Amino acid sequence: MPHPTILASTGALTHFAGRFFREVVRPRYEVQEWLYQCYVVGYQSLPLVGSTAFIMGLVLTLRLRPTMVQFGAESWIPTMVGLTIIREMGPIITALMVAGKVSSNIGAELGSMRVTEQIDSMEVSGTNPFKYLVVTRVLATTLMLPVLTIVADAISLYASYLGVNMQGVTTLALFSHNILGRLNFSDITAAVVKTFCFGFAIGLIGCYKGYYADKGTEGVGQAANSAVVVSSLAVFILDLLAVQVCLVLGIA
Amino acid sequence: MLSETCSAPVHSAAASPPPEAVLTVVHVEKSFGDNHVLRDFSLVLHRGENVVVLGKSGSGKSVLIKCIIGLLLPDAGRITVLGQDVATLSHAALDQLRTKVGFLFQSNALYDSMTVRENLLFPLRRHWLAHSPAEEDQLVRQALEDVGLAHTAGLLPAELSGGMRKRIALARTLILRPDIILYDEPTTGLDPVTAREIDHLIREVQRKYGTSALIISHDLNCVRLTADRVALLVDGRCYAEGTYEQLRDRPDPVSHEFFA
Repeated sequence: MPHPTILASTGALTHFAGRFFREVVRPRYEVQEWLYQCYVVGYQSLPLVGSTAFIMGLVLTLRLRPTMVQFGAESWIPTMVGLTIIREMGPIITALMVAGKVSSNIGAELGSMRVTEQIDSMEVSGTNPFKYLVVTRVLATTLMLPVLTIVADAISLYASYLGVNMQGVTTLALFSHNILGRLNFSDITAAVVKTFCFGFAIGLIGCYKGYYADKGTEGVGQAANSAVVVSSLAVFILDLLAVQVCLVLGIA
Repeated sequence: MLSETCSAPVHSAAASPPPEAVLTVVHVEKSFGDNHVLRDFSLVLHRGENVVVLGKSGSGKSVLIKCIIGLLLPDAGRITVLGQDVATLSHAALDQLRTKVGFLFQSNALYDSMTVRENLLFPLRRHWLAHSPAEEDQLVRQALEDVGLAHTAGLLPAELSGGMRKRIALARTLILRPDIILYDEPTTGLDPVTAREIDHLIREVQRKYGTSALIISHDLNCVRLTADRVALLVDGRCYAEGTYEQLRDRPDPVSHEFFA
């Protein structure tokens, strides 16, 4: 079978998303499985996302400092780091980390279930596998990514505070005041809204790649691999769109 | 050549009433592109009976069984299970019907992230068939005892041998107390001793619970030990039908090819 074109793949993914929206509102609601997936996506990703966020905040501050000192704008470091993290770096880095960890995991898990007939088995035991496997996972990534991003932003800003104090002295109150004084409510809402979209894309692409995996174990590997690649790319494309929408709406 | 015996009831000519048909496959056709897998295939399964569909690899046996359970839709023909036309059922009605039809996959299809106990509880909980944890425990224990693996409840499928996995898959099917069990190549990939154990288990389940079974196989030992009746699947059609001995003794070269 020839490889599907990008347009055909996009069409199939859109159809898959349409099925998600149809299935998500229909009972039966798989609450227990959804809660478990929230635990897997949210809680189990926390160490990776948290450590990445800490390093990101610290490195950003340490690298920014010499340049800011050169221009006599040392006091602007918290504001610059805060805006950078909350508007862009926090959502993007968190989404990429989750895409790498969760999307590949979903792609491999569902792919493996597909090639070993576990999905068919679920269907013949009277369970809707799309609802049980796909809807729960996509909902979990959609709702957990904003939460992870907020946690990552907080960790990152605290790391930045430590970074500022490594080569100078500032209080947490002053550091926070510098950030919050320049931050608009729309900065936060825009960032949170786009993380919902990132989470949806990551879950949907991981599930799509796994759900339609074929060709045995090779197919499982391909599903996991392409889930990471495509969902990471989708995060960047969605971010670009979000920037354009924010500019049009005059948010940024 | 289509045997005249195909899809005909096999009860003796004595005065007893004809046994109830629990599954009928009538003139079913299924193609994948130019590959015509099933052509005008017909078969009847009666209550309490084991019927084996014997055919070469790739002859469409698994396609037939997937059409019966509703995983594939036939291009033409009609399949009724327990009196209901599978093609016309809604999703909810099909799910309800599937609780009465067990399916043993060739690959066993055990959920590998769940323990044996969780595998058995999965279909039970999906249909709210147990009303208390104590009842769940009792049903799981009974199903595991039926297949002789009561000690494996806490193990993962990866920790089991091929034969044990097959037994657990059968236990998962039995826990819903189905009227019909569909076996897809139940002995493929097993050593002769384990295969014979599975064959005896299939017979034991039939005797104990009075289930009807449609068994897809190309293993002659499995056919001999489990079948009340055998249907030969050749070129997508039911070529001949009868008891193991009747088909074995047929003089035509096609039947001879299977039993030689």
